[in-house]
Amino acid sequence: MSTNTVKLKIDGVDVTAAEGTTILKAAKDVGIIIPTLCSLEGLTAYGGCRLCLVEVSGTPKLFPACTTPIGPGMDVTTQSDKLKEYRKIAVQLLLAERTHICSVCVADDHCELQAMANQLGVDHVMFERNWSREEIDSTHDFLVIDRNRCILCTRCIRVCDQIEGVHTLDLKLRGKDSQVIMDLDEKWGNSCSCTSCRKCAKVCPVGAIYVEGEPIEHTKKRDVAEFIVERRNRK
Amino acid sequence: MIKDDKRRAMLEKVLKEHDYQESALLEILHRAQEIYGYLDKELLMDISGSLNLPPSHVYGVVTFYSFFKLKKSGEHVVTGCLGTACYVNEVEQILEAIEQEFDLKRGGSTADGKLSLLLTRCIGACAMAPNIVVDYEVIGKATKELVIQKIKQALGGVKAETS
Repeated sequence: MSTNTVKLKIDGVDVTAAEGTTILKAAKDVGIIIPTLCSLEGLTAYGGCRLCLVEVSGTPKLFPACTTPIGPGMDVTTQSDKLKEYRKIAVQLLLAERTHICSVCVADDHCELQAMANQLGVDHVMFERNWSREEIDSTHDFLVIDRNRCILCTRCIRVCDQIEGVHTLDLKLRGKDSQVIMDLDEKWGNSCSCTSCRKCAKVCPVGAIYVEGEPIEHTKKRDVAEFIVERRNRK
Repeated sequence: MIKDDKRRAMLEKVLKEHDYQESALLEILHRAQEIYGYLDKELLMDISGSLNLPPSHVYGVVTFYSFFKLKKSGEHVVTGCLGTACYVNEVEQILEAIEQEFDLKRGGSTADGKLSLLLTRCIGACAMAPNIVVDYEVIGKATKELVIQKIKQALGGVKAETS
């Protein structure tokens, strides 16, 4: 790893961090929290949810903080009216894309999407909702996937591949048709590679993957990847 | 279908050419579809095993590209162009007419497996919009009547080359 350091400004604060560090990480290290949904400590960055968009002075483009490496002399703004508006739109689009009804969701009150909507003050959805009617797969002994609640953050896919190491899960199709699949789009109960480790359920930010009959607060353990990776790196 | 030794041998040759490199997945899928006509799950499991790639990854790649077919197409293939020019020239109405006339849905085949109706984004013949392709013959400035007549001719005539 390079030991070169880079100096930049984040929200007016002078920051020094190692070359190659992402804006998200550099900001976190000085206590500036940028909102995220798909990002999870311990997993590779995905850059899918677009909530961590930040402004960099000198360019009108917005940059996803989770995948953009810091550069010397960068002047980053993580909170502004424009960014808040964009983040609210991103959350509304996520809410409109499938069928999110908090009152009948297993993850109610333990949902990162719900918390993010609250935090940003999203009190209505200005887009027409799709009201998806995807099949719910409960063929596994205890794991259930309700794709209507999925926000395609791919945390489950990344934890399955990078932490558990089996890559049972992946995405099929693209755009609005994308779905999380098991092996060759098999029913979960017939999966030839799933080890039933339930890490996918632990890291799911919403109520899309859950353990049947278990209170969601017992299942959710979103820091599991960070914990395992930290121990692995000690070797 | 992979028990068909001759075709499996052809696939093995392709795999060897690429030294079983996982980076050659797309090229191998292309060639596999050329050899078998379509990619069924048994074949995908075979390729995933040969390249030592997770089955879900292979499936993800195959479904990402509309070029790959998971199901056998009908003996005759009709492709509707959904490019902008064709779209504004109401290709939709022609597609609906085909669906009604031959009792099939877009993306699918008739019950007897004689005819498939596929969609594509743009075939690059916008000046002739709306375009419908019947067994590799592009029909420009298509009308319902003309297309249905062409399809009927094709169904009654010789078998189309499969790809």
